[in-house]
Parts: sequence; structure tokens; C-alpha cells
Amino acid sequence: MKLPVYATPLERAWAWAYRVICVAIFTFLIAPILIVIPLSFNAEPYFTFTEAMLTLDPAGYSMRWYDNLLTFGMQAPDAMRDRSWWADVWNNATWVRAAKNSLIVGFFATILATVLGTVAALGLARSEMPYRKAVMAILISPMIVPIIITATGLFFFYSNPCSVMGPLAPQDGCGRLTSTYLGVVLAHATLGIPFVIITVTATLMGFDRSLLRASASLGAGPVRTFFKVQLPLITPGVVSGALFAFVTSFDEVVVVLFIGSHEQQTIPRQMWNGIREQISPSILAVATILVVVSIALLATVELLRRRSERLRGLSPG
Amino acid sequence: MQAAPQAGLTTNDGQPLKAALALATARARRKAFLLVAPLLLFIVVTFILPIGQMLSRSVSNTQFYDNMPAVVAWFEANSGVAPDEAAFAALAADLAAAQAARTAGAIGTRINFDLPGTRSLFTSTARGAAGLEAPFREALLAENADWGRADLWAAMRSAARPLTGAFYQAAVDRKLSAEGNYEAAPPDQAIYLKLFLRTFMLSAAITLICMIIGFPVAHLLATLPLRQANLLMILVLLPFWTSLLVRTTAWIVLLQGQGVVNSTLVALGVLTDDGRLALINNQTGTIIAMTHILLPFMILPLYSVMKTIPPSYARAARSLGATSWTTFRRIYLPQCVPGIGAGGILVFILAVGYYITPALVGGASGTLISNQIAFHMQSSLNWSLAAALASMLLGSVLLLYWVYDRIVGIDNMKLG
Repeated sequence: MKLPVYATPLERAWAWAYRVICVAIFTFLIAPILIVIPLSFNAEPYFTFTEAMLTLDPAGYSMRWYDNLLTFGMQAPDAMRDRSWWADVWNNATWVRAAKNSLIVGFFATILATVLGTVAALGLARSEMPYRKAVMAILISPMIVPIIITATGLFFFYSNPCSVMGPLAPQDGCGRLTSTYLGVVLAHATLGIPFVIITVTATLMGFDRSLLRASASLGAGPVRTFFKVQLPLITPGVVSGALFAFVTSFDEVVVVLFIGSHEQQTIPRQMWNGIREQISPSILAVATILVVVSIALLATVELLRRRSERLRGLSPG
Repeated sequence: MQAAPQAGLTTNDGQPLKAALALATARARRKAFLLVAPLLLFIVVTFILPIGQMLSRSVSNTQFYDNMPAVVAWFEANSGVAPDEAAFAALAADLAAAQAARTAGAIGTRINFDLPGTRSLFTSTARGAAGLEAPFREALLAENADWGRADLWAAMRSAARPLTGAFYQAAVDRKLSAEGNYEAAPPDQAIYLKLFLRTFMLSAAITLICMIIGFPVAHLLATLPLRQANLLMILVLLPFWTSLLVRTTAWIVLLQGQGVVNSTLVALGVLTDDGRLALINNQTGTIIAMTHILLPFMILPLYSVMKTIPPSYARAARSLGATSWTTFRRIYLPQCVPGIGAGGILVFILAVGYYITPALVGGASGTLISNQIAFHMQSSLNWSLAAALASMLLGSVLLLYWVYDRIVGIDNMKLG
């Protein structure tokens, strides 16, 4: 920012103060996230910097909390670290199982949300779509409704899914979806759908529809046109929508608490339990790993956004 | 044979142009709708209907009604009458039946919502109800003198209807009196209106702080050259992409008594060791952590509006003699209003329904209405009251959602 030549001394002083304020706000935004990284290497079970850490003494740092992530919940954590030890980690370590659950649930919820959401966005982006605004409001609502209300509603629904059929429901119900993977996947897909809708419709706004007519005039059917012409061009939007949906699922705790059981323990649920019971620096080790994951995701989305802008000719290079 | 001459234009195959157009438009509409239909069906079945069904629990009152048929019949036949021998006989019969059907606990729980401490009255009397003999009034009063309480009978009368507004009355701090009317609850029991007020006040405070500290950042991002702005944008987007629990954990670590902030202040000599600030498990903790978490939702809409404001307007104002403050107040700020509105409503909507962060850093004074709903769902098991509170919360959120749609438009919602 350059100051104009006619700036008064007061304005110059304000310009400097403004910079200081902005730096302070950026610090407020980013420092809490970065602070967990060094603290997760603390050799002591404290949540503050020890003297050894401040003097950069190697003895003040350790990987013990990361090690703890692997050994916590194992059957024989002190055994020799050979093949069978790692098999034990893979099968029994609490955090590893939580990570597996999170990935499984996130994967299927993302697929479901992305496929349904992209197809719907294709319809919503058409000018002929009837009741466009009302339908859009309904599809976005899972993002707006407070999560506790969603969780309560789904809890009752999943305990007896047939009950939505009202008087037509079979007398003794039809099983339940609570404490099942299917239930958690369906719920997370519902929560992720608004993000897919928003990103894909935004991408479709910049899509040149004459390409579809060109493709049709060259003899391609609607399906072929979609896969060969439209999908490649909107892929960046679809992928960032999918990433949003995945992050939503990967970060979701309230619905899992209400409708999942111990069997569906995910990383956020495990963290929630950890924080509520006895917060240990192991939580910081998990947090550090998640921060690294989110940096990777952010980088991916940024690259996709730039690629999408380039494809649509909005920005050079 | 030649086609009969027709009025107006026709298509190649002889249809009137108007009809052909209508047909084509209808087909296009149908196609667009069919693309959306699967998702719409999915959302309606797995989201809208379950929530509607849950909210209907707020007026459902069947625990007593279904299990105490004789007493319910007596209430229907005798309105506004003190319980007579027939009423006590009906009560004894129903309690004996409830004991056989193992429903005494459910019945007692329902009355317990209105009159705390009465659940055991039902379960213990039901145990010996089969052995009671006429006159039932004396027999029941001998069993437990509480059966003569007027407020107990008023509570039972209120529970003896399949639909009720009682839970909404409870949700606005009104309770049943002995005469069977609703009156304001005593101040020490009136918690919900205060909690709603606190939720809205804290959300408003958080929204205001987000506006004040989001504005300079958005302005900086909008005025810097693109390359630098993109770099700084990452600092805004990284918190946005970081797990909510990670950010909440970070604030716990920073703010707790032995945490980084307090320890730093003690080391700097600003605080004494026993004068450490209580920054967590109270409203301060909720406000700080939620402001941090919701700030990106303020900055992003503000930024996208500010980017479209041409800098020439401000220069024109200056060239016409306005001071920098006047230029900001009269020229720049009015053009930012759509962004402030969009960000403000979004942050407020999200803050009102927040659950996780207040539960972890809010302590007793910093929790919000969502936490109370969770309490009634998980601990007190008063699901109808939870549903009544939830529908009031949902009502206010939907109202704000509608306002957001009118001001900003749902299609204009942007992410990142």
C-alpha cells in the first residue's frame, strides 16, 4: 500500500498503526494453530514451554507423545518392535483405529455427497430449473441448521428409520442405523452436500454452455458430452467440493457422538473424549498431524482454484 | 394431400410454434428437475423429515396418556373437580397395570419433569398397587401422603392430554401451579430465557468483534497487490481449513491457568503467580475461541465485496476536499455494507447454534442453548423439552437464514 503524496502526518502515523493492527490480527489468526506444533514435542507433560525448550536444549524435546499415539490401546506396547508389534499397532492402537474409521467414513461420505451434489448442481445451474431458490434453500440447509438439532433429529430417525413413513411403517420397525457405519456415512454425506452444491454451482456459473451445443452438434449424446466436455472443465470445482465434504466429515464430532458407538470411534470423537476427560499432550500430537493435513488440503484447493481460474481465463498464468 | 393452412407460424412438422415452444420448455424444466430430484429426495428423507419428526416431540405427551387409561378417562369426564374416590380407584388400577407392564418408571419420569422428586412416588406405590383395597383414597394416602397434593393432580391432569404446550411453557420458564395454571417460575429455576438471552448476547458480541477485527484485514487483502494478497490470504484460510477441535484444543492450551498466555504474563512480571487470569471455562474463553473460529467467515465475504469497490471513488472524494476520515465514513464504508451484512449474519447464524467450543471452553457461564439441548438429550432425558428448545432455536436460525437469503442470496454464498 502506497500513501498518496498529499497524506498528512496524522495519516502517515495512522498508516503505520494500521499495519501494526493488521499484523496483530494475523498473529491472532495463525499463532494458536502454530503454537501446538512445538508444544507437541514437549518432553514434559505440560502445556507450556519449559525452560529447556526455550533454551533449545534437545533434552527438552521428545517424540514421546507421538510414540504414545501408536502405543495407546495396544495389547503389548512394550514388546520388541518387530512385525508383530506393528500388526498390534495396526489392529489395536486406539488412535490408529480412529484414523482408519475417520478415513473409511470420510471416503464413502465424500463419494456419496460428491456424486449426488454434482448431479444436482448440473440441474440447479440450468436456467429452466423450476423453484430454483426454494430447492437451493433446502439443499443448503444442513449447513445452516445448528449441528445439535441435526444430531438429535438423526438420532431419533436412525433409531427407527421406518418411522418417517408414518402409519405405513411396518409394525415392528425395520432395524436401526444408529451404531452402524452406514448411518454415520449417510449423516456425514448430508452435512457435506451443501459444500459440494456451493462450489460446483459456482464453477458452473463460469461454464460456457455453447460447448455443450457444439458437442451435441458433432453427434455426442448427453452422457458422452458430460464426461468428455463438461466434467473435465468443471473438475477443479468438483474436487474442491469433494475436499470440503471430506473435511466436514473428517472434522465432525457431534453427530458421531449421538449416532455412533464405540465401534465408529473417529479421530474427532477420540479427541473430544481426550479433551473432556484428561487432556494429555498426545492430543497436541494429533493436532499437529491434523494441522499438517490441513496445510496439504489448503495447498491442493488453492492450486485447483488457480487452475480453474486459468481454465476459465479469469487470470493469467 | 396438402396440409390445411393454419393461422400463425408452425414448426417443420406442422405444430404451432407456441405449442412446440411450451413443449420444449416443459421438457427442459423436467430434465433439470430430474437431475436435482435424487438429492432433493435424499435431503428430505434423511434431514428435513427427521428434524420435523424430532420437533413434533415437543408437543407430544404420550408417556402418561398411553399408560394411565383409567385416570385419563376420569380427567376427561371431570374437568376442574378435585379428585374423588373414583379418581383414586382409577389411579390404583392404573398403577397396578403399570407395575405389570413395567411402565411405572416412564409415567413417573413424565410427572417428574413438572414436579421434580415425584418419580419414586410412582414407582414405589406401583409396586404394592395390586394389593390396595377400597376405599382407595385412604389406602393411597396411607401408602404415601403425597398422593393428596393438589399440584400433583394438576401435573397429572396436564400430562393426561396426548398433545401439550407444556414443554414450550417450560422452555419459556413458566411452570404449572397447584391450580393447574401456568405462571412464571421462581427466579432460581428460570434458566431458559436467560440462556437464550445469553446465547444471543454472546453471539452478538462475537459478531461485533469479528466485524471490528475482520474489517482491517479484509481491507488490507483487498487493497494489496494480488501476489501479496494471495500470500496473506493463506493466513486467513489456514484456520478455516484446520479442524475445529484442533483450534479449540489450541485455545485450551493457550488460555488455561498453567497455559502459555498466563505463563508468559507471569514470566514478564505482569501477573503474580497466584494472580493468574481465569481466561477459560467462562464467557471470556467462549468469546475468544469462537471469535477466532468464526473470523474467516467474516473476512471472506467482506473481502469479496471490498475487492469490487473501485479506488477511484475515494480519490475523487479526496480531490473534492474530503478528509480521509470523511472519505472513509461517507464513501468507503457505505459501499462495504453488503459485505458487512453478509459476514455479520453468517457469523451470527453459526454462533447461535454453536455447541462444541462452548462445551469445551465455556465452563458454566459460557455455555449456550445448544449445550442445554444436549444436556436434556443425554442426561435429563427430557426429550420433549429438548425438542421445544430446539424448535425455538431452529426458528430463530431459519428467520436469520431467510434474512440472509433476502439480503445476500443463497446462490452468492462463497467458500474460500
